[in-house]
Amino acid sequence: MRLPRHPSLIIGLAATAVFVALALLSLVWTPYPIAQIDIARRFQGPSGAHWLGTDFFGRDMASLVMSGTLTSFTVAAAAVVIGAGLGVPLGLAAAIWRGPVEWLILRGSDFVFAFPALVVAILITALIGPGAINAVVAIGVFNIPVFARVARGGALTVVSLDFVAAARLAGLSNAAIARRHLLPNIMGLVIVQATIQLALGILAEAGLSYIGLGTQPPATSLGLMLRDAQSLFVLHPFLSLVPGLVIIVIVIALNLAGDGLRDALDPRLKPVESAA
Amino acid sequence: MPGEIGTVGELFMLKVLTVLSLALVMNAALAGAALAQQTQVRIAVALEPPTLDPTANAAEAVDIVVYQNVFEGLTRIDENGTVQPGLATEWTISEDGLTYTFTLAEGVTFHDGSAFDAEDVTFAFERIVAEDSLNAQKALYEPIESVTAVDPHTVEITLKRPTGTFLFDIGRPDAVIVAPESAENNARVPIGTGPFAFVQWDRGSRVILERNDVYWGERPALTRATYLFIGDTATLTNALLAGDVDGTNNMAAEVLDVFAADPRFKVLVGTTEGEVILATNNAREPFDNPKVRQAMAHAIDRHALIEGVTYGYSQPIGSHFAPHNPYYVDLTGTYPHDLDAAKALLAEAGLPDGFSATLKLPPVAYARMSGQILASQFAEVGIELELINVEWAQWLEDVFTNHDYDLSIVAHVEPFDIGIYADPDYYFGYDNPEFAALIETLNATTDDAERKDLAIEAQRILAEDAVNGYLFELAQTGVWDARLEGMWQNSPIEGVVLRDIRWVE
Amino acid sequence: MTFVLRRLLGFAATLFVAAAVIFFLLDLLPGDPARFILGINASAEAVANLRIQLGLEAPAWQRFFAWIGSMLIGDFGVSYTQGAPVAALIGERLWVSLPLALFAMVLSAAVGLPIGIAAARRRGSPIDTGLMVLAQLGVAIPNFWFGMLLTLVFAVGLRWLPTGGFTPWHEDPAAALRALMLPGIALALPQAAILARVMRTALVEVTGQDFIRTARAKGMTMSEAVWRHGVRNAFLPVLTILGLQFAYLVAGVIIVENVFYLPGLGRLIFTAISERDLILVRGITIVLVIGVTLTMLLTDLCYALVDPRLREGGS
Repeated sequence: MRLPRHPSLIIGLAATAVFVALALLSLVWTPYPIAQIDIARRFQGPSGAHWLGTDFFGRDMASLVMSGTLTSFTVAAAAVVIGAGLGVPLGLAAAIWRGPVEWLILRGSDFVFAFPALVVAILITALIGPGAINAVVAIGVFNIPVFARVARGGALTVVSLDFVAAARLAGLSNAAIARRHLLPNIMGLVIVQATIQLALGILAEAGLSYIGLGTQPPATSLGLMLRDAQSLFVLHPFLSLVPGLVIIVIVIALNLAGDGLRDALDPRLKPVESAA
Repeated sequence: MPGEIGTVGELFMLKVLTVLSLALVMNAALAGAALAQQTQVRIAVALEPPTLDPTANAAEAVDIVVYQNVFEGLTRIDENGTVQPGLATEWTISEDGLTYTFTLAEGVTFHDGSAFDAEDVTFAFERIVAEDSLNAQKALYEPIESVTAVDPHTVEITLKRPTGTFLFDIGRPDAVIVAPESAENNARVPIGTGPFAFVQWDRGSRVILERNDVYWGERPALTRATYLFIGDTATLTNALLAGDVDGTNNMAAEVLDVFAADPRFKVLVGTTEGEVILATNNAREPFDNPKVRQAMAHAIDRHALIEGVTYGYSQPIGSHFAPHNPYYVDLTGTYPHDLDAAKALLAEAGLPDGFSATLKLPPVAYARMSGQILASQFAEVGIELELINVEWAQWLEDVFTNHDYDLSIVAHVEPFDIGIYADPDYYFGYDNPEFAALIETLNATTDDAERKDLAIEAQRILAEDAVNGYLFELAQTGVWDARLEGMWQNSPIEGVVLRDIRWVE
Repeated sequence: MTFVLRRLLGFAATLFVAAAVIFFLLDLLPGDPARFILGINASAEAVANLRIQLGLEAPAWQRFFAWIGSMLIGDFGVSYTQGAPVAALIGERLWVSLPLALFAMVLSAAVGLPIGIAAARRRGSPIDTGLMVLAQLGVAIPNFWFGMLLTLVFAVGLRWLPTGGFTPWHEDPAAALRALMLPGIALALPQAAILARVMRTALVEVTGQDFIRTARAKGMTMSEAVWRHGVRNAFLPVLTILGLQFAYLVAGVIIVENVFYLPGLGRLIFTAISERDLILVRGITIVLVIGVTLTMLLTDLCYALVDPRLREGGS
């Protein structure tokens, strides 16, 4: 992997790193506490005291953006962990055992795909109440088949190669082959897919928040900020533009990083492109 | 509200929109000249009714579309909350207050052409009190002993006991008169006697009503009314600005400034019967301790709450009573906002460091926003609230039915409903025999001055006991095309009544 | 033929499992439909009456098989809250959601594919870069936010199109079509952006392959070669994406219908869940699952037609 040849990778990674750093900083410090409501100072424009102004509750927008970015990233990342953690082993199992195992895994993934994601999210919410955890579960479940397909596809191209046959002859078990030979070879592919799913996860969290199923106050997320500001757009567009632009920048940064990584890795290994 | 001035960027946004739309108003004006006298109206309301039968569904959305438009009762409630003659043009009450004799209007037909007479009235009331009745307010009509058709135009209703609010209660949407021929289908095709007849219901989108040209009373000016169901504030704002709808009965307070500043619109600010309260589970620790409840009352800053949630469009309340009611007494000073007093009371109650509790919030903006602000206010005296957002169905089950909650925020929208505190099994868990006795006396009293004294006493007991946190009275904030007249400013009962609405130039 | 048969069997099995999952999951929902309908002042007695009337008292497995059985003959039951047949309620809404989804799909293909081809033909040029930046933006904008911006400009500002709502097709087809324009665009944007990216990548990849080189050797210009041979071969991955898109459109439709208050399936399921109209929720969910599964089945079959080799493999 030779980074300097891929400017989009550098731009993407750098921008992502900035937002991740801001998000992590919010764990230990924000300019103001985000749950502190002060109606008297609401709708202030940007100033020295409030770099991005204040929102409809008089909360500091800069603090909200930092904390909201953290929530959005955490939700998306946790969903990727669920998706990759379950999807990759399943995909590898399908590639190495083939036959009925593969059939079952593929049908299972079709089955998950068949459930409209949002409907499942609504159901989960109705069952256990809205919140960030449920957003993670709803998004994570749909990441599983994505990663399973990517892992299987990648593994299939490797499994026929000589060194795998050699390992088999040497008496290695299927699980060992998967771990020692297949996994390292598809890792790049999985990382690329992870950045794409991370970007989609941030958008999905925003969508869930818009219909009231995502993050719940007093916590905040970029999607929740966007939703809360939606009705005020005509009067106070700034409140909406800030989280909106942050989402766009983060998603583009992640996608650029993903594209760059893909180019930097073997270009023949294509991740599954999926829609929002 | 005053005090906030938009930044340059914000004003710019508005300006761009105004310039764009002005260019189009010119076009619209040319097209509009062809339409001589407007007689149609498109009204946006937040919720779509699940059915159109107000006698078998509690949803306010049903009443908003059909009450007094499609269906009428023996009496009707007017804009000020007073009882007016409806299908009963006059009535007499016996000395003992037990027998009501109603004279019915003549020449009345239902929209399907069938005639209206006393038999329809007895049918409608027997249906309400029947064993298998699905009426949401059945309990209100429980005092009815019998309903008799004396002749086709006279009905006699006998009560088990004198009931002060009976004439009001039969004017409610739940007691409108339906015909035996059509009652079963009213959920989908409502057939009433009102000035407007049902035309069509495009589910998910709109209900269309058309003027009933053989209406027995005064003919309304409008010929056609369309109710559009738009729940999202941003969408509704855009629809109004674009002229896709002519008005709405209730607009979220946060955007009213947009319309107040625009000469094409007028904003009608009025009252409702909705007391927003911090419902408190009096049966549960630590809320069973009056000192804790009083401490909470001291911790509430109503002014900031009202600014934050309703942008100043609401009135504070100090008890469970509507400020515009003639029996109202101002008790907002009972436990003024005072953090030291709150802390002292908590210490007396043995909770010097405060405590944690959950706050279950139904899916309405006033509750969700009030919850966040109250959590911030309570945190100042050490009370940590965990906000739990629930849907209505879940709220009804958890909070209302199973009493499984600490605190909740909800508006009680029934007019004159202070009597709910007399029931120890109600979800507040408030058990005060003295109060229950007071309400019993009040219900049986018909003399106005006496009723007023009793009602004031009842308000005072609730305020001093701090049974619930009393927050504010919801305002009705309608936004209408400036050329429309005759809309109800206040909302003494649920409904968007069309009879007086008309276009003026 | 066994391929088709296997596929159909899988289709049926998926639907049955899905039906069971939907049914029993929904049975766990807290909240009583009867209490919801009658409201807070209704007596326990009235609620009990309504529960019996709605058939909520039978054991779950009995209701499950009754539900499956009647669905097989096209009877989806009667909505608890609206009192109308579920099949009719869904049918009405499909007239909004289906045209909307199709319009968005066609629009995304009509915009996305040519952009992808144009970018691929001028690979590395400023035009390519510009188009791909636009595509990045298209993917990154949350669709409800984009929908609101569209409304502000084209409905509130310019007044070319309505802010939302829907006029039934039989009343005024032109008005119905106009009502679907903005939601369709909001829905199509991210899909178009994705298609453009996929098309470009696929074409760029194809141009490196032998048959393009052969075509070039025969004297075709690069763009001729790409046009004649590349686009056709790049179509397989694009077909996959189009098939997958339908599933994602369903999610998008729910959000966009809320922004534009369209009376579609998305809004219906949303209110049905909040009103605990379980029989309606079940009906809609199963219809959506059938829709998505069916498109996946059709894409698979198309795939097999285009590329016979796939009939042998598992996927």
